[in-house]
Formats: sequence, C-alpha cells, structure tokens
Amino acid sequence: MSTTEETPMRATGRQIPDRLTRPGARLLKSWEALLLIVAVAIFILNSLASPYFLDPWNLSDATFNFTEKAMIAFAMAMLIIAGEIDLSVGAIIALASTVMGVAMTEGASTFVIVLLGLGTGLACGAFNGILVARFGLPSIVVTIGTMSLFRGISYIVLGDGAFTGYPPSFAWFGQGYVFWVITVELVIFAIAALIFGVLLHRTNFGRAVYAIGNNATAARFSGIRVERVKFILFLLTGLLSGIAAICLTSRLGSTRPSIATGFELEVVTIVVLGGVSILGGAGSIPGVVLAAFVMGLVTFGLGLLNVPGIVMSIIVGALLIGVIALPRLWFMLRRR
Amino acid sequence: MSLLRSRELILAFAILALLIAIAARFPGFVTPRNLAKVFTDTSPLILLALGQMIVILTRCIDLSVAANLALCGMVAALLDGAGIPLPVILPTVVALGAALGAVNGLLVWKLAIPSIVVTLGTMTIYRGTIFLLTGGAWINAHQMSDAFKAFPRAMILGLPVMAWIAILAILGVAVLLSRTPLGRAFYAVGGNPHAAVYTGISVGRTQFAAFVIAGALAGLTGYLWVARYAVAYVDIAAGFELDVVAACVIGGIALTGGSGTVAGAVMGALFLGIIKNALPVVGISPFWQMAISGAAILIAIAVHAASQRESGRIILRQAEEQA
Repeated sequence: MSTTEETPMRATGRQIPDRLTRPGARLLKSWEALLLIVAVAIFILNSLASPYFLDPWNLSDATFNFTEKAMIAFAMAMLIIAGEIDLSVGAIIALASTVMGVAMTEGASTFVIVLLGLGTGLACGAFNGILVARFGLPSIVVTIGTMSLFRGISYIVLGDGAFTGYPPSFAWFGQGYVFWVITVELVIFAIAALIFGVLLHRTNFGRAVYAIGNNATAARFSGIRVERVKFILFLLTGLLSGIAAICLTSRLGSTRPSIATGFELEVVTIVVLGGVSILGGAGSIPGVVLAAFVMGLVTFGLGLLNVPGIVMSIIVGALLIGVIALPRLWFMLRRR
Repeated sequence: MSLLRSRELILAFAILALLIAIAARFPGFVTPRNLAKVFTDTSPLILLALGQMIVILTRCIDLSVAANLALCGMVAALLDGAGIPLPVILPTVVALGAALGAVNGLLVWKLAIPSIVVTLGTMTIYRGTIFLLTGGAWINAHQMSDAFKAFPRAMILGLPVMAWIAILAILGVAVLLSRTPLGRAFYAVGGNPHAAVYTGISVGRTQFAAFVIAGALAGLTGYLWVARYAVAYVDIAAGFELDVVAACVIGGIALTGGSGTVAGAVMGALFLGIIKNALPVVGISPFWQMAISGAAILIAIAVHAASQRESGRIILRQAEEQA
C-alpha cells in the first residue's frame, strides 16, 4: 500500500478504489466536475433557448422530472457500488401504490396509507435481500423475477382498473410546497441526498460498501458482515422505492398497475451517469445528485422546446453512452 | 444422479408436468394442432432467446434486443410501403439488425464500456429512432402488402413459415455453438476470459460477434413480428427484453457467462410461452401472467442454486463463491 498517493483522498474520508491510481485517474476523479460543467452548460443553453425557462415556478415544476427517480438512485448507487443491482424498484413502486390504494378504498387515514406505503417498500426490499444475501442468488436474476412478481400482484389486484380518490391531505406529498416554490419532493430529495452522502462517505457502513464492491472475499476476511450489509442495502432501496411510491401516487392522484413502468432503467441510468461503476467499487453520492440534475435539466429544457418524450429518451441514451465513451475515447487517442 | 442434475432434463420434466396439468382439465390444449400454435406463438421469444444466450455466454447482456426488433420491424413495414419486394426486405432487415448489434458490439469491444450500460443507452436510442422515422404514426394491416403479411403464415408441411424459421435458427445456433471455432470461443470467453486470451482468442472480437448475431436474429424477428401481427408502431415488444432474459435464466444460462445450452434457452422460452398460452384456456385471468412468470423465474433460479450446492468438501467454499 502506497500511502503517499492515498493521503489527499483519505482526508475526504472516501475509500479509494484501486483503479483510480491508474493513468487517467485524474479525469475519473473529477467526474463530478465534468458533470457540473455539463449541467451548467445545459442550464445556460436552456435559458437561451426558451424565455420561459428561468421562471421560478417552471423550474420548480421541472424538479418532478427527476426527484422520484433520483431518491431511489441514492440507494441504488450504494447497491451497485456493493456489486449488486435491483431491477425491481419500479415494480416495488407499483405494489406499494396498490397497497396504498387498497387501504384508501378501505377508508384508511393518510397516516396509515403512508405507513403502509413505506412498509410495503421495506417488505419488498427485505424479500429481495433475503433471496440475495441469505440464499446467495445473483441479484440481477432475482430482481428480474421479483420485478414480474411484484408488478404481477398489482395487476392481479387491479386488473385493468385504477384506484382514484385519495384524501386531500395525501396530496401534500406530491403536490405540496414547503417554502414559496420549493416542492415537498425536492425537500425529500435533498434530505435523502444528505443522509446517503453521509452514510456512504462518512461512516463505517459506507466504507464496508466500497470494500464489498471491490473485493467481497477480502471484505469478509477483514470482518465485514457482507450478507448483512447487502441485506440492509436492499432494505434501503425498498424503503426509498416506498417513499417514491408515496410521492408519485400523491402527485398523480391515482394508482394504475402500469405506474412507474421502466423506472428501474432510468434509475440505473442516473446512477451510471453519476459516475458509479456498474462493476461495483467506485462512485459517489454528489455524482448521482449532479447526474439527476443533468437528466432533469435535459428533459425539462427539451420539454420547453416541445420535443416529444420519446426523442428525449434518445438524447438521454446518447448522453449516457457519450459521457462514458468520450473520456475513454480521449485517452485512447492520447495514448497513441 | 448426474441425470437429475441436468438442467435440461429438469426443465423438460417441468414442461411435461405443466402440459399434463393443463391437459387434465383441457385436453384440447395438447392436441398437435394447438401445440404447433403455441410453438409458433413462442417463435419470436425463441429467436431472441437464442441470440441473447450467445451474448450472455460471453459475459455480456443485450437489453436493446426488443428495441432493435421494433426498429427493424418498422423499417420492414416502411420498405414494404415503398413497394420494395419481400426478397429484398428480408435480407435488408437482417443486415440492419446485425448493424445495430454491431454498434453495441463495437462500443463494448473498442471502448470497453460494460454491455449493460451500452445496451441501456442504445435501447432508448433505437426505440426513439422509430419515432423519428414515422413521427409516431402506426402502420396498419391495410397499409401492408399481402405478400408481406402472408409469408410468416404460409404453411409448409403443416407448420407456418414462422415456426420453421425458429426451428432452422435453433439448428443453426446449435451447430454454430458445438461445431465451429467461433462457437467454442463464446464459451471460452465467458468461462475464463484470461485463459481465452492465452489460447489466442480475442475477447472483444468474440463479444462483438455475439452482439452481431443477436442483432441479426432481432432484425429477422422484427419483420416476422410486424408481418404476423400486421401492425407496426413505436411501442411494439416494449419490455420484451426482460422476457428474453427471463427465458434464458429459466433455461439455465448462467448470467456469469460460459455455461448454457441451446436446448435450455429453447425450453426456457417454451416454458414462458406455454404459461402465456395456457392461462386463458385454463380460465385464469391474463392479469396473473406476470406474477406467475415472476414466480417461475424465482423457482427456476432457486432450483438451479440448490442443484449446484455441494457438500462442504472444499475449505472456505463460501469465500471461494464470493471471489
């Protein structure tokens, strides 16, 4: 272990993955800087392209584009850093929303509805966690299975129907404002960013997550309870999906079994765009926050220009590949 | 004992048990004619699962197959609308599918971007391109020529062309994997990439080849899908990529690469296809389909994990598994 190279990073309390000591590390280390430049550039472009962009109410509404996905992305980022993945998050939202809908039709109070949403998220996360951590099954396969299972239960309950008529007090989560134009969802997003930033970068638990992602065997032999950490990560992903389900259901005011379809891939896109290695062991919460803002700004700006949603997805896909490919392309050319 | 360990045999018994259970209440389901219909219905899933299997063998994954299918299907419909004859359309869409697969393959090979990231991106790009081509318009049955629609349904020896194409693809991939150097390279690259390099196999080039084959099969399926259902629009086969991966998983193709058989992939696809076709017959609401296939996936991997588990012969086995 060379101490000289690690000292500056250790000051920030972040575990340094080995691959960052290779040539090209400096650019990868400044991934957040790259994202920040992209975000600012898109912000300026947006404000030039549309006169309506800088309106505070518009900007506030724009946050709906990403907050629900981004809060799940924090938990997903930790899961991916630990070398696992959860493809069932969209289905967990659907199931949690369905459970809340059933409770609502039974006349439950807002408090109980919210509690059930959180509980369903936790239960789904625990189910994934048990299958992956306790039985040692590969998470990508398990969560493809539970994705069909959870959403399938929603379809069984709802068929082609929908739950509508949530109580007015429930609408606060998805439609309420805290200070003037700051939405409740944005506040939840900020709190989640803070909690997960501290959890990943300032605690032993976060250190363990990096250790597992880099070398699970070494982590086990250094006394980290790998299974327990993984189980907790799945619980967290489930919980955050439950919170997202509450926000989304409240914002839409209804539950359909097709709610949040395709969320899992968008959440993974945010995480990967945020500089988290899909192979595990590297990544940061500030990167995920910036990636969420980049995604939100891109879709909002294009929306103001009346670009259809499906064309936005082309641009987001190109952004995902481009942001990852360009630095690599640059190194390949420079090495010549 | 070794027979019982065989994934394919367990799966074959599972399919047989499924058929017997359905036949017990609805004998009409297992008539040769209906089974042929089920096989034909499952043909697109089989074709894509074969391509996906090859990609998964090389430790990659292709999430863009369904979008590739949709784009090639739309292009086929557009070419047909322009009055181009079917014998030209068919090779064109296969080549287009292969080219789209090659884009994935090049990004994985030359830039070493993880395949899940590459195909996540190209998935949205390919599907979005359909919108750019058509402005979101649908192409309906009356806008397609009769020859275009008739080809997959034409009967040869009692089976539609669509089913024969699936059978030919199964045989072709089986020969490719067991009788050619490229086929062995797929297994070698997935089984141990480092060892593969030392035996002179280019890992990247092999993965590239896998993506091209998967893309070509998706392109072919795109035409078949559009012609059979006689409609083309942006969202055809939406979410189908996960059905394809699920078929591979049920068929025992290890997502860690290097292990899996053609028979497994085909039976995995058939298992899902039979469930899908049987639900309305047995009188279960189709809304149960998703939950049932999800449960089937979980049971399949649980059985797989159990059959892999050996008694504690090796010291620190658990640690070895993690490595």
